[in-house]
Amino acid sequence: MRAVGATWEGLVRGIELLVRLDPGVLEVVWLTLRVCGQSTFFSVLVGVPLGAFLAFRRFLGRGLVISVVNTLMGIPPTVAGLWVSFLLWRSGPLGRLELIYTPTAIVIAQVVIAVPLVTGLSMAAFQQLPPKLPAQVLALGASPAQLFWTLLKEARLGLLAAVIAGFGGVVSEVGASMMVGGNILHHTRVLTTAIVMEVGRGNFAMAWALSFILLGLTFTVTAVLTVLQQGRRRYGGWP
Amino acid sequence: MGVGLRAERIKVIKGRVQVLAVDELEIASGEIWGIIGPNGAGKSTLLHVLSLLERPDEGTVYFDGRPVNWRRREIMELRRQLAVVFQEPLLLNTTVYQNVALGLRFRGIKGPEAGRRVQKWLEILGIAHLALRKPWELSGGEARRVSLARALVLEPQVLLLDEPFVALDTPTRAALLVELRRLLKGRGITALFVTHDFMELPLLADRVAVLCDGRIVETGRPRDIPWSSWGPYRGQTGEESPYPWPWPGVWTRDEGAK
Repeated sequence: MRAVGATWEGLVRGIELLVRLDPGVLEVVWLTLRVCGQSTFFSVLVGVPLGAFLAFRRFLGRGLVISVVNTLMGIPPTVAGLWVSFLLWRSGPLGRLELIYTPTAIVIAQVVIAVPLVTGLSMAAFQQLPPKLPAQVLALGASPAQLFWTLLKEARLGLLAAVIAGFGGVVSEVGASMMVGGNILHHTRVLTTAIVMEVGRGNFAMAWALSFILLGLTFTVTAVLTVLQQGRRRYGGWP
Repeated sequence: MGVGLRAERIKVIKGRVQVLAVDELEIASGEIWGIIGPNGAGKSTLLHVLSLLERPDEGTVYFDGRPVNWRRREIMELRRQLAVVFQEPLLLNTTVYQNVALGLRFRGIKGPEAGRRVQKWLEILGIAHLALRKPWELSGGEARRVSLARALVLEPQVLLLDEPFVALDTPTRAALLVELRRLLKGRGITALFVTHDFMELPLLADRVAVLCDGRIVETGRPRDIPWSSWGPYRGQTGEESPYPWPWPGVWTRDEGAK
């Protein structure tokens, strides 16, 4: 029954913390949103054009590149964290930038996690389009940029699914944030690393509270993206 | 007045198979040409080359008397002077109005000017009442008209059509062909259309080229082409075919049925 008690207490505590606008919690929530927002943004910036390229261009080794992307879609965040740590450690190749244990380091690691997700799902979204569509759009006089924009709009359902998956991937990971960020108070503490820490301390009610806040945050962002995605549905209804 | 098109020593090779080898084809300004031939003769490939969507492996296309340079920027400018109606028109996931306005938007024509032109062509083609419909709410004939409006609204110098009215019932098709000929002739638009149904030719074409195995085997006015009644039917049954065989020299050459 202790577990149920902690859950209930956590839920009440979470609502309380939000309603009271607890500065400590708000800081962590804000950093989580900022870091995950930035990493999703950069992943989309890289992943969508890369997905389009893989979907439409034929080149030597394309199959291999796609296999690598598909494999990396399942990359454990801890592994991504380890790679990025190696790069950013003071003794590492990019050590002079002094990025380790900063929010920027977390963004970099999360981009490594999310780019394959966004790339793979964007590629699938573009490949769902009729193969002859690009030629028909070009025949209407589109420039390369106009063609890309038109295909982007046509594939928007699948592309927003890619964005949602990318955001879901980075907001839920803890291994990479912990390794390259270090869970430093007022600096690199995000919701997931805070939850791990509170559980380690035996502070279950606080952990529960943070978990509800994280869930609420994820739900809100995803709901906004879902409205964007489903707002203009392809079909009016089931025939 | 439309511009002329000319193809010279065009070769297209796909895989290791030569799918097109056209020595010469000259389409004068304002003329309507029909390209006919059996399935797999290279008709669509020829149309793609002439609509500047596919660069031939060899040979030159002349647009308005000047050889086409396939560099990205220049090819886009030339493409904007022509319009293509495809065999399967793929309409975008938006209203009929937006679909028809798309090519104008690519050319930077927006606002009231675009609205006026779209409205005009929707009315000419009798689909103004469909303006706010989505593509999946259209019948086959309506979708064909939309794809025709999408091309004609650009008021192109050259119009290329790839089996534009296939899968429509015969009366609708005949009506559309006659209507299209009137529109093209009224505006002097140069046109080239691909078909595998020779019944369409006299309704639309001034001149015909018969394509077979990637080569042009016959050109002339529709009524001057020596259509023959020889064909696989005769070859298999020894009887006169109930359908005329529209590809002169094709079967008889291969099988020696005569």
